[in-house]
Amino acid sequence: MAVFEKITIAKAINESLRASMEADPKVLVMGEDVGKLGGVFRVTDGLQKDFGDDRVIDTPLAESGIVGTAIGMALRGYRPVVEIQFDGFVFPAYDQIVTQLAKMHARALGKVKVPVVIRIPYAGGIGAVEHHSESPEALFAHVAGLKIVTPSNSSDAYWMLQQAIAGDDPVIYFEPKRRYHDKSRLDTESIPDPLHKARIAQSGADLTLAAYGPMVKVCLDVAKVASEEGKSVEVVDLRSLSPIDFDTVQSSVEKTGRLVVVHEAPVFFGAGAEIAARITERCFYHLEAPVLRVGGFHSPYPPSRLEDEYLPGLDRVLDAVDRALAY
Amino acid sequence: MTVEGTAQRKNTRGSSKRTAAKKATPAKKASPAQDRNSGRTEQAEQDQLVQLLTPEGERVEHPDYSIDLSPDELRGLYRDMVLTRKFDAEATTLQRQGELGLWASLLGQEAAQIGSGRALRDDDYVFPTYREHGVAWCRGVDPTNLLGMFRGVNHGGWDPNTNNFHLYTIVIGSQTLHATGYAMGVQKDGADSAVIAYFGDGASSQGDVAESFTFSAVYNAPVVFFCQNNQWAISEPTEKQTRVPLYQRARGFGFPGVRVDGNDVLACLAVTRAALERARTGQGPMLIEAFTYRMGAHTTSDDPTKYRADEEREAWEAKDPILRLRTYLESEGIVDEAYLASIDKESDALGKRVRDAVRAMPDPDDMAIFENVYADGHALVDEERAQFAAYQASFVDADAAAEGN
Repeated sequence: MAVFEKITIAKAINESLRASMEADPKVLVMGEDVGKLGGVFRVTDGLQKDFGDDRVIDTPLAESGIVGTAIGMALRGYRPVVEIQFDGFVFPAYDQIVTQLAKMHARALGKVKVPVVIRIPYAGGIGAVEHHSESPEALFAHVAGLKIVTPSNSSDAYWMLQQAIAGDDPVIYFEPKRRYHDKSRLDTESIPDPLHKARIAQSGADLTLAAYGPMVKVCLDVAKVASEEGKSVEVVDLRSLSPIDFDTVQSSVEKTGRLVVVHEAPVFFGAGAEIAARITERCFYHLEAPVLRVGGFHSPYPPSRLEDEYLPGLDRVLDAVDRALAY
Repeated sequence: MTVEGTAQRKNTRGSSKRTAAKKATPAKKASPAQDRNSGRTEQAEQDQLVQLLTPEGERVEHPDYSIDLSPDELRGLYRDMVLTRKFDAEATTLQRQGELGLWASLLGQEAAQIGSGRALRDDDYVFPTYREHGVAWCRGVDPTNLLGMFRGVNHGGWDPNTNNFHLYTIVIGSQTLHATGYAMGVQKDGADSAVIAYFGDGASSQGDVAESFTFSAVYNAPVVFFCQNNQWAISEPTEKQTRVPLYQRARGFGFPGVRVDGNDVLACLAVTRAALERARTGQGPMLIEAFTYRMGAHTTSDDPTKYRADEEREAWEAKDPILRLRTYLESEGIVDEAYLASIDKESDALGKRVRDAVRAMPDPDDMAIFENVYADGHALVDEERAQFAAYQASFVDADAAAEGN
């Protein structure tokens, strides 16, 4: 296998699918337009050519059908990797994911496994029309039986997808679509972190920023600016939202005493609320300030001309950092 | 239960299908909408049902679906239906006695289920809804295992792969997609088995069923869709689900559909066999609409007297699936009193076994809440399991301390 110096996240996912399909003939890719077109983001580019239309399956335009038949194929011993074209299109399949996929292993008292991976390009920042920019991760994380992960760089994108496919649980693999074309180093040699382990993306001493997916880059930029202002910010890339590696967040907060959680999804009932509650319980005597959250508003995702206001950017996160440090 | 009251039923057996339909319609003629309903019913009655055994128990032939069964096989179908009805009646009683939280009775649908169930090969795979007790019986699933979910001790008490019989699916129509996906897998494996998906007339309105039709047709998947049109989706008649006979829907998706007399076990067996053979030989999916009737409530939670006329049920009782087979078997000398008595005895024994098994069914262990949520484990589940165990243990400790004092 080639060692790539710097490749895009989209290419890393493509390589990951290729590696998984080579390693296990039971791995299938299915979804709308994943074949000849290579997906609307070209993430599956070339796979059908190399693996055939029996393993890279162009499906009818029916999300519930895609996930429902993937469940059936998993019951037959296959490992389907399903592509949902855009975040807002997953809802026709939500019933199959929540009432069937998530619960089937438990319902069967462990006698059947449904290792279906659902890839969802998610979140905003690409100037798209409605239903193309949403962050529905909390809606899935709330459901027992599903695992939720989201990479923020090429190496994680490459490894985490293979780990998700190799595991026996259903996994929702959220892809930060506005980072698809960001290049970062892909390390195919060293042993990757476990799938659900959080990563310290940037060390710091005064405050912890916890983020995932597309917001990791924003937080790294914040850390850089803050550093110029003499503030030392630590950035934790959660990588996994179900489960969440609270131990890593806890260690960081015990060191810094302050936590700001950043995500694109609406703050209300979001991942930040869960993290704030758990960390407050675990780190009450270490906290110098309340856990703050920066995220989307309790509104539909706005028309794209307004998305820069909606999405947490450098300034909004810096403002939260300042507020936390002011306590 | 099954064979009792034969004389009573014989009195109603004289009415023809057409009379039966008319009996049910007068109450529905008040509004234009209901006029359309009665039109639909009439058309439904006129549509050619595949039938091999008339309601009067007379053997008839059909040009496309013939069947030749040995006396043993015929007796077997009778036994299956009687025992299934007995099991079902026992479960209904157990619900009334508070032993089960809920029961979905199959009363009246025995022929559809036994006929189709006995058409299956061992290596075929079944995706049932939650009323397929007769099909489960044919697959060799111990009937007592069907009761765990209704008693509330599990969500499905059998290993689907032991009998190639998937767990009951509660959400309407979801399993038709699982069946289709499974069939696509069968096809990829190059296996020559088939898959069958059961669902009802109500489920035919669900998007998942339409999507499963689309997928199975597009991929030519070896799946048979077996719709038991029992006329009612809880309180809603089939007319609220469709404006065309259900079997005709298949044509729009590109595969054949057929309507079979769902109270005729021979016809259900013959048609399902043909459909499975079709699927196995690469000819793709087929829809079977078994035109039948749910004689009881949707589940023990509803009251059919609130939404349908007694006359309707009476008309369908005249088409009772067990009675007609028995009449045929008696007239052919295939069964005698001694045989019927032996089945009654076996039936009583089954009832007792089911009753005893349900009452003896243990509650699951508290910690079962945390079992099998994930195949590979999950840190949050581990944390909550440990916390809950410690919480439970704290009571034991308190009790021990109290005893120590």
